[in-house]
Amino acid sequence: MNPILTVAGKEFRDGLRNRWIIAITLIFALLSLGLAYFGAAASGRVGFTSLDTTIISLASLAIFIVPLIALLLAYHTVVGEEEQGTLLLLLTYPLGRGQLLAGKFLGHTGIIGISSLLGFGIAGVVMATFSDETALAELLGAYSYFIVSVMMLGLVFVAFAHLISVLVAEKTRAAGLALLVWFLFVLIFDLALLGALVATEGKVGADIFPYLLLLNPTDVFRLANLAGFEAAQAHAGLSTIATPEILSPGFLLGVLSLWIAIPFSLAVWLFSRRQA
Amino acid sequence: MSPTAVEFTQASKQYGRFVAVDGLDLTIHQGEVIGLLGHNGAGKTTSMKMLLGVTSPTSGTVRVFGEDPSGQQAHTLRQKLGYLPESVSFYEQLTGLEVLRYFARLKRVDTRGCEALLEQVGLKEEAIQKRVKTYSKGMRQRLGLAQALLGEPRLLLLDEPTVGLDPLATRDLYAMLDQLRKQGVTIILSSHVLPGIERHIDRAAIMGQGRLLAVGSLEALREHAELPLLIQVRGGNAREQADALDSLGVTCTPVQENQLEVKGSASTKMEVLRRLMQQPGVEDIDVLPPSLETLYAHISLQGARP
Repeated sequence: MNPILTVAGKEFRDGLRNRWIIAITLIFALLSLGLAYFGAAASGRVGFTSLDTTIISLASLAIFIVPLIALLLAYHTVVGEEEQGTLLLLLTYPLGRGQLLAGKFLGHTGIIGISSLLGFGIAGVVMATFSDETALAELLGAYSYFIVSVMMLGLVFVAFAHLISVLVAEKTRAAGLALLVWFLFVLIFDLALLGALVATEGKVGADIFPYLLLLNPTDVFRLANLAGFEAAQAHAGLSTIATPEILSPGFLLGVLSLWIAIPFSLAVWLFSRRQA
Repeated sequence: MSPTAVEFTQASKQYGRFVAVDGLDLTIHQGEVIGLLGHNGAGKTTSMKMLLGVTSPTSGTVRVFGEDPSGQQAHTLRQKLGYLPESVSFYEQLTGLEVLRYFARLKRVDTRGCEALLEQVGLKEEAIQKRVKTYSKGMRQRLGLAQALLGEPRLLLLDEPTVGLDPLATRDLYAMLDQLRKQGVTIILSSHVLPGIERHIDRAAIMGQGRLLAVGSLEALREHAELPLLIQVRGGNAREQADALDSLGVTCTPVQENQLEVKGSASTKMEVLRRLMQQPGVEDIDVLPPSLETLYAHISLQGARP
C-alpha cells in the first residue's frame, strides 16, 4: 500500500480511537441544531427558523470554533512523534518526509471532513424535516457550500498546525504557538483592520479593503458564507464593506485553497531540510 | 574477506559549531558484529543516523552496501536496514500488534508475519493484544526489536539496546543477537554499558568526542593498549610470594596478609603462575584479563590527551 495512505489510515483511526471524530461531530451537530432551534429567540419565538439565518449564525460561530478544533487536532502531529521517539524511527523507514506529512494531512482531512459532513449533515436533515420553507433546494445548495467551506477553513488551520508542529521542538511550545495563531487570525487581525480603517477615517485603503480581508482565512470564510445571502446584510458587519461582485463564492474557495496549500507546502519544505 | 557492509570515509557531522562526529574512518564487513562503544555524546548515535540516511555528513562520505543512504536509492536500501533507537515509547494507545503492523505496512512487509515475529522476540500471546501504555521497559524493547527485525534486514543497528533491561531480558536479547549473527546479519551495537557485550561482538570500535579512538578485535585492542594482566592470589604468605616473583619484573601489591595482587605484562603469565604454584598454602589463583572497561578507560584517557 502507498505509504501516504498507510500514515493517513493510522491518523484517521487515531481520530476514531481517541474520540476526536465523535466529539467534533457532536459539537457541530449540537451547535447547528441549537442555533437552528433557538436562533430566533431574540425575535420572541423558538423553533426551526429559516435555514439562511441559521447558516449565517453558524458561520459566525464556526469562525471561532473550527480553527480552534483544527489546531488542537493537529498541532502535535510531528512534534508529538518526536517526543515519543517514533519520528526518528519513521524517518529510517522507506518513506519520504513529504509523504509522512502528506499522510498525516490526509488523515486529518478525513477526520475534519467526516465530522463536518456528519455533524452538519445530521443537523441539516433535521432542519429540513421540520422546516416549512419552500425553497428547500436552493437552501440545500447554500448549506452544502457552507459545509464545504467549513471543511476548508478547518484544513487551513490543520495546515497551520502542521507548520507549527515542524517548527518547534516541544509539544508545549507548539500548543502555545497554536493558540497564538488562533488569536491572530480570529481576533486580532479584524480588530487591527477595523482600527486602521477608523483611524484613517476610511480614506486610506477603502479600495483595497476587500483584498486586505483576503489576508485572513477566517475573513475569507466569512465573506464566502455571508456575502451570498441577502439576509446577511444585517449581520455581516465588517464584511459588508467588501464588494461581493469581485469576491465570488468560487473565487473565495480558491483563496481558501491557497491558504491551505501555502502553509502546508511551507511545512513540507521546512521539514525536508531540517536536520534530524 | 567478505564484502563491505558499511564504509565511513572521513565522515564528519557538525551541528552548528558542535562537532558530533569528526573524520570517522571505519569499514564494517558483512556478517560482522561490531560494538560501537563510548560515553554519551561520543558520536555513536550520530554515526548511526548517518548510516540510516536520517542525517547526511557535513563532509566525507558514508556508504551502506555501496550506496549513499541519503541518496536516490535510499528507499530500497532502507528496506534492508533495521534500527532500534535508544529510547522509543511507541504509540501508547495502540496494541503491540497494531504498532508492529503499522510499521510493517510502512516497510512494505507482509503483516501476516507480525505475530510470529513478536513471539520470536518473546512477547507473549496475551501481551501483543494489550496497549503499549501498559508495557514495561523490557516489553517495549522487545517490541522495538521486533520492529527492527521487520523484513529480515541485512544490517541491524541497535542503539543502547540493553539500557533499562533486567538481566533476564538482557540475556534474551544477546541470545537473539547471537542467533542473527549465525544467520549472517551485520550488526552494529552501540553501548556505554561495557560488561556483558564482550562475548557477543567480533570487533569493538571505541569512540570519544566524535572521533574513532581505536578499532579492532578485543585481543588486538588489549595487546595494542599493552594492558597489564591482573592475578589475585589468596592464601599463604603474601610477602614470600612477592619475593618469589621478584625477578620477573612484575608489580606485587599485598592486599592483606594472605592476599596478593600481581600486575604484569601478559607474556609473563605462565611463569608467574608456575612460581606461585610452588608456594605453600596458596588456596586460590584468579587470572583476570583486562576487561573492556579497563581497556576503554585506558584508551579514552589516551584520546583525551592532546
